[in-house]
Amino acid sequence: MKRYVLSLLVENNSGVLSRIAGLFARRCFNIDSLTVGTTEDETLSRMTIVVIGDEQILEQIKKQLNKLVEVIKVIELSPYDSISRELVFIKVKASNETRSNIIEISNIFRANIVDVAHESLILELTGDAGKIEAFTNLMEPFGILEFIRSGATGLQRGERVLKEN
Amino acid sequence: MKASKAIIRCLENENTDVVFGYPGAAVISIYESLRESDIKHILVRNEQSLVHYASGYARETNKVGVCISTSGPGATNTITGIATAYMDSIPVVIITGQVDTDLIGTDAFQEADIKGATEPFTKHNYLVKDAQDLPRVIKEAFYIANTGRKGPVLIDIPKNIQEDSIKFEYPKEIKIPGYNPTLSGHIGQIKRAISRIKASERPVIYAGGGILSSHAEKEILEFAEKTNIPVINSLMGVGGFPQDSELYAGIVGSHGYSYSSEIIGRTDLLITIGARMSNRATAGFSKLNPNIEFIHVDIDPAEIGKNVGYTLPIVGDAKKVLKDLIDKSSSMNYSSWNEEVKSIKKRHESNADYETQSGLINAKELIRHISDKLDDNACLVADVGQNQIWSALNYKIIKSRKFMTSGGLGTMAYSIPAATGVKIANPDRQVVCVIGDGGIQMCLGELAVLREQNANVKIVLLNNRKLGLVREIQQDLYGKDKSYGVDLNLQVDFRKIAQAYSIPGYEVSDMKEFKEAFDEVLERDEPCLIQCNIDPDVRTL
Repeated sequence: MKRYVLSLLVENNSGVLSRIAGLFARRCFNIDSLTVGTTEDETLSRMTIVVIGDEQILEQIKKQLNKLVEVIKVIELSPYDSISRELVFIKVKASNETRSNIIEISNIFRANIVDVAHESLILELTGDAGKIEAFTNLMEPFGILEFIRSGATGLQRGERVLKEN
Repeated sequence: MKASKAIIRCLENENTDVVFGYPGAAVISIYESLRESDIKHILVRNEQSLVHYASGYARETNKVGVCISTSGPGATNTITGIATAYMDSIPVVIITGQVDTDLIGTDAFQEADIKGATEPFTKHNYLVKDAQDLPRVIKEAFYIANTGRKGPVLIDIPKNIQEDSIKFEYPKEIKIPGYNPTLSGHIGQIKRAISRIKASERPVIYAGGGILSSHAEKEILEFAEKTNIPVINSLMGVGGFPQDSELYAGIVGSHGYSYSSEIIGRTDLLITIGARMSNRATAGFSKLNPNIEFIHVDIDPAEIGKNVGYTLPIVGDAKKVLKDLIDKSSSMNYSSWNEEVKSIKKRHESNADYETQSGLINAKELIRHISDKLDDNACLVADVGQNQIWSALNYKIIKSRKFMTSGGLGTMAYSIPAATGVKIANPDRQVVCVIGDGGIQMCLGELAVLREQNANVKIVLLNNRKLGLVREIQQDLYGKDKSYGVDLNLQVDFRKIAQAYSIPGYEVSDMKEFKEAFDEVLERDEPCLIQCNIDPDVRTL
């Protein structure tokens, strides 16, 4: 089983997200994460879907997505010619003793401190899955109170665009 | 123009001459516009049958079948019919009423999220929130339903949207950026296919429902005859190839002919055209050598490689691909293979056995008799269960005969409404419906429609007071005396039921009686029902 990142261009209609989510559910395809937002053209949305599977499953997912009338384009974002990032917020326990230590590690990872309270900090980090995992591991001993990640979002490198691919 | 009127105008633009419907408060203004139009409305008796009528109509005419139902329960009742059409790729447009837009989401009276509910079973669906979108949406719906891999499309229209007024103009063009079905096969792939056919010694064509939905009956026969390749049908493919052809090699599947499975087991090149290799069909492929060449032609790329691996994919419309294959191929000779196929076939044909223990009718013999008696243009619509298997295996496709059934979803009570739809679409076609006593009791009310429309459909009711196929499966799995929950104990007098609907009814218990009754009903220009008491212990295979 491998992790694949798909980038989709879809019509920005109400219900399109449920259509795609429903397709994954009823065909037993595994979604690791899904992000969606409008594009430079407001009639279109772009989705980034991270799926877990093998080559045969990936081929079926792409074909089944392409069958949906509102899906205009589906491509796979390969790690070599695309970039993808995730955003996480981590609320971590911070006392007078640990606070500076946390800030130091955050600086190394270029994480932002977006909230400071007496007993906690909220850290914001953008990066690929590996970076986020490394940072999370380092924060663990301090006590993670809450954690949220956006799921991956990505684009192909270079001047190619999905619309004309 | 009032939107409801525009809806009817759109249907007229799509050359709709018949709609099947069941009205309710949420489609009241569509009905008022329908009243003023020349489109014929056929009032069915239950929305569960609604889409089946449209399905029969569509399969007969190659046009889109159209149905209208109200919101809430009316809409949810259509779901099984929609799923049935979806599984068999039948082009149908379903228009449902919806509660007012400002009531959507409030659990209003007769509100149901039919767009959400039918997402898995429609090729596409719409909830129209702006009346001005209606002409575009309806045009798209018809186009999507009847192009590419065909299928049902649902349009949900809130009541207040139907009352709005719009500037009506029917769009001339269609622009759907995400919908561009591939029709022509890649020419390089076609050439590769030809060279693999040339290299093979024992090729077989496995032809499915795609032959019928792309109207490639002529082309497949021409291609098979030019290349001398035997043709095996899937259940949905029955009717796509003449069974009196020397090249016809049966039906394959869990309930197909064992000789067809044997032929499949001997082939070194399988050419699948318009068949989706479903589990029930490929149950007959157990002897297939997995290392052979496998050319898979389908209009839906997702079907290629979904269930079975391939060695050469061709995405395209069966008719177009077959035309290209005919053009690019030279005549071929597989005489020793053809002889072998013939001898395998012959070995199995000689052992037809119509003996029964009870003296009641053997259903196989009955269907064989029907097949012998029917016209060259007959359409046999089989229901689901034992009657379906007996019909598929014993009714012979010749000339312009047709066979219809719910192949993919296996929906009981499909046959009576579908057969009625066929007859309404084409009164010149002889139509026979074969159904069991289980199936008919799911749709008795539809007999009224048959009578009202004077649709000359002959219903052959195979009555064994059992859910026969389920019983067979139970007996196979658990033992002869282990069937359970499958006895329809009450002896129903279906002849009287038919008569209650003013339909001539007959009851027969042996072949002699059946032959007489069948001759008589074929003479009558009206719907008739023959209750045939069959031996419950005759098996499908």
